[in-house]
Amino acid sequence: MTSGRLRARLIPYLTILPGGLWLVVFFVVPMVFMVSLSLQQGDIVHGFQQTWHWQTYTTSISAYKDQLLRSFKYGLISTLLQIVIAYPIAYWIAFRAGARKSFYLFLLLVPFFVSFVLRTISWNFILADNGIVLGTLKDWHLLPQSFHILATGTAVVGGLTYNYLPFMILPIYVALERVDPRLIEAAYDLYATKVRAFRKVILPLSIPGIFAGVVITFVPVSSDYVNAHILGGPTSTMIGNVIQNSYLGTQDYPTASALSFVLMAILLIGIFAYARALGTEEALEVAAR
Amino acid sequence: MSEHNVDPSFLRGLTSRRLGRRDVVKLAGLGVAGAAVAACGVKGKATGTASQAPDQVAKFWAGKTAGTHIDFANWPLYMDPEHPELKKFSAQTGISVTYKEVINDDPTWFAKIQPLLSAHQPIGYDLMVMTNGVEFQECVELGYYAPLDHSKMPNFTANAEDKYKNEAFDKNNVYSVPWASGITGIGWNPKYVKTPPTGMNDLLNLAYRGKIGMMSDTQEIGNFGMMALGIAPESSTPADWQKAADWLTKQRNSGVVRKYYDQDYISALTNGDIWITMAWSGDIFQQNASAGTNLQFLIPSEGGTLWTDNMTIPITAANPVGAMQLINFFYDPAIAASLAEYINYITPVPAAQPIIASDAAAASGDDKAALEQVAKSPLVFPSQTDYAKLHYYRDFKTPAEHTQYQAIFNPIVTS
Amino acid sequence: MTSITDSRGQGLDRLESGERRAPRRRPRRRVGDALLHSYTWLVIVWLSLPVLVMIVFSFNNPHGRYNTTWVGFTTKYWSSKLFAFEDLTQALITSLVIAVLSTLITTILGTMIGIALGKYRFRGQGSFNLLLFAVISAPEIVLGASLLSLFTTFNTGLGYVTILIAHVMFSLSFVAIVVRARVLTLDPSIEDAARDLGADSWTTFRRVTFPMIVPGILSGALLAFVLSIDDYVVTSFTSGNVTTFPLWIYGVSKLGLPPQADVMGTMIFVAGLLIAGTNAIVSTRRAAR
Repeated sequence: MTSGRLRARLIPYLTILPGGLWLVVFFVVPMVFMVSLSLQQGDIVHGFQQTWHWQTYTTSISAYKDQLLRSFKYGLISTLLQIVIAYPIAYWIAFRAGARKSFYLFLLLVPFFVSFVLRTISWNFILADNGIVLGTLKDWHLLPQSFHILATGTAVVGGLTYNYLPFMILPIYVALERVDPRLIEAAYDLYATKVRAFRKVILPLSIPGIFAGVVITFVPVSSDYVNAHILGGPTSTMIGNVIQNSYLGTQDYPTASALSFVLMAILLIGIFAYARALGTEEALEVAAR
Repeated sequence: MSEHNVDPSFLRGLTSRRLGRRDVVKLAGLGVAGAAVAACGVKGKATGTASQAPDQVAKFWAGKTAGTHIDFANWPLYMDPEHPELKKFSAQTGISVTYKEVINDDPTWFAKIQPLLSAHQPIGYDLMVMTNGVEFQECVELGYYAPLDHSKMPNFTANAEDKYKNEAFDKNNVYSVPWASGITGIGWNPKYVKTPPTGMNDLLNLAYRGKIGMMSDTQEIGNFGMMALGIAPESSTPADWQKAADWLTKQRNSGVVRKYYDQDYISALTNGDIWITMAWSGDIFQQNASAGTNLQFLIPSEGGTLWTDNMTIPITAANPVGAMQLINFFYDPAIAASLAEYINYITPVPAAQPIIASDAAAASGDDKAALEQVAKSPLVFPSQTDYAKLHYYRDFKTPAEHTQYQAIFNPIVTS
Repeated sequence: MTSITDSRGQGLDRLESGERRAPRRRPRRRVGDALLHSYTWLVIVWLSLPVLVMIVFSFNNPHGRYNTTWVGFTTKYWSSKLFAFEDLTQALITSLVIAVLSTLITTILGTMIGIALGKYRFRGQGSFNLLLFAVISAPEIVLGASLLSLFTTFNTGLGYVTILIAHVMFSLSFVAIVVRARVLTLDPSIEDAARDLGADSWTTFRRVTFPMIVPGILSGALLAFVLSIDDYVVTSFTSGNVTTFPLWIYGVSKLGLPPQADVMGTMIFVAGLLIAGTNAIVSTRRAAR
């Protein structure tokens, strides 16, 4: 009896063991190694020795603070843009699309069955200086020859917004879709104006959706480097590009791992603070959505 | 492979798709070890092979026999896309060659192969072409290159220009022989740039705001900054580097630079994204030949950089003997001529010049004009006066020096 | 990209209730409605533009290396010339093999975790949830960088196995959470009923619980597949000399993508649409039943 009960109590642990082990060995342990590497000194030829060299953090942060700040700036702008673009769509689909709700949602998601890299490269082509859009406008003399969108911060923010928009539309839609229409009716019955009903009823009820959208998009947007690499220029480099280049270009592992750790720490502290406010379970559901 | 102390089943597990039990054990071992790692570093791997003893050549080549296939890693725009030379080689020797244009810049390529070579695993290539830069030195110091067996390349001994037999970065060609040399200068598109550029000042011209391309390679860009200031890169000091970095930073902040490119500058120049750019001499000619463009190249009045791209055999190559045969083959003057005719880079085989001239005499029309131009082009067969105008890469004496250099120039290209 | 399939499924499930609850339409809203409707279409067009470009240019017949200007219509890259680029074909095969293997491992391990988390309450559950959440919210570049730190320190080399390890690691949480969500919707009284009828716990699981969570497992598997086949960032850190489809595209795009890349991108796109479409139809039917 007791051994049976013990076995029953062990079941959940045994079930999560293989997957849990995988995550510990290939997620937690690598983080330890990354931090360890960030405190080492040396070069690729002679190897790196552990010297607890904390100065790497201060030197790399001060060398790349512009890129770090720019990443959060782009993340912020892009996330705000996403909210502004996504909200009306989510609203319209949730309240007005009627029987065709799933059809519209599907149309919004269709492009994302194409490889992320291919889509981003596609923008590089569409927005080329003499490409189908700008080239035509230049041929009509509507734009000066040297005008360009690519290789600017605008192009990077545009690409980021484009690539992560659905992650913002969906949670807002889900939140709006849950709003009980009777509440809105009640507001109208109490002679609320359209604007007032929206501000006092619909908007507050959709805030969790916006919040969830921010959680899902802000981290990948601010740590992205693919968009900045493909669409960006000399002054739109993000911290992800610096990390990528230090790991896979100059092989300055200590700087690369120090910056990775800083980036992750800042982002995760922010997200976890939010998750704590919401409770881990709910945050999990938000993330899974 | 046999001489290296590597568990073959582990190698198979890593290179094939099957995950064996033993691998699982090893990988699980990684995790267990995780607890005790805080003090453990990334191992130093320098083998100190600065002077390669002849017995090491014998040791490496002992028992090696020619395979039937060669994998060749090279840069884009470095061979006629039809690969006529390789076809001839295969017809002569029966060895098939897979040629891949997988190298876009040296640092990225090095970072890609380094983890594999460091673990003594094959990188999937028997022959690769690397520039005489920092990564080349690192490969030498880390023992990643197979020592070349000079008895297997009589064509090189007989036909290579003396200048290329004893270059500073690899004295006596212990690990490498040149594939081609080239010049870093300025490429421009006359469709947009109406007054022909003359030198570095054109890279500061505000009329080309957002339309100027620079290279992301810190050595290339550093050299340009120094030459713009009249400093010879090969004898430069850290103070010179700082001055060059200031010049480059000023250039970037003025808004003229569109982007820092690796070899993709050539497509940007072709499609009009940039109008004027740092460029490699032969790329411009090949692009004109293959894409029908009319791009131009010039050596800046302040000077250009002369570099050499070298054929090297990774120490873990599956078919090093075949790779040696291919190296030898490219030093046949007829083959060297055929390659130079297409790629327009400096050939290390002077005997190619009369062959190209006689090819030109036999040809007619446009081909004739083009070949005649190649035969007397200073970009393919530079004279001593031409060489005098060119500068070389700075050789870094110590890794610390290189780190210092990187710290100065890296923030410019990643800002 | 990941969560899309799942949440689309949820959207479909809610379709009917949503329709029922839609507030009644007022005539004066029509102008605003029309505006929002056109706006939604505008965004759909914006999102689809790169896909359209890709499909159109898969039928282009360019002169040289640059498939950037429209030259003429051809289907040859869809047929005789499709496999002309040996390494592109090889990259696609590599991607598919890794995606299938990763999906298999992830689905098994993730399902076990999902069931344990959904069915049992146990000590340490909160921290485990936190771990899953951390993997999902950690920036991709940090996942890749930390794994590279681990592999570099142990000098293991990089290749198929390290890519596979990484893919399983980053998709595991998603599968676990999707399955867990499904388990939580189960009515425990059904399992009780099975036990009341004399089934032991293994039989109950096999005959009752498992069949009910199969839809969750399937959408989890689909998610894992999509995550793996489209991954660029983490793969670029762990691949060594192995080239997957996104890696090949990224590398070659610098010097001009051949039409074959557009063809294969389109094929993956269409396959994704078909699978997702089937999935949606099946789940709608199931919901209707």
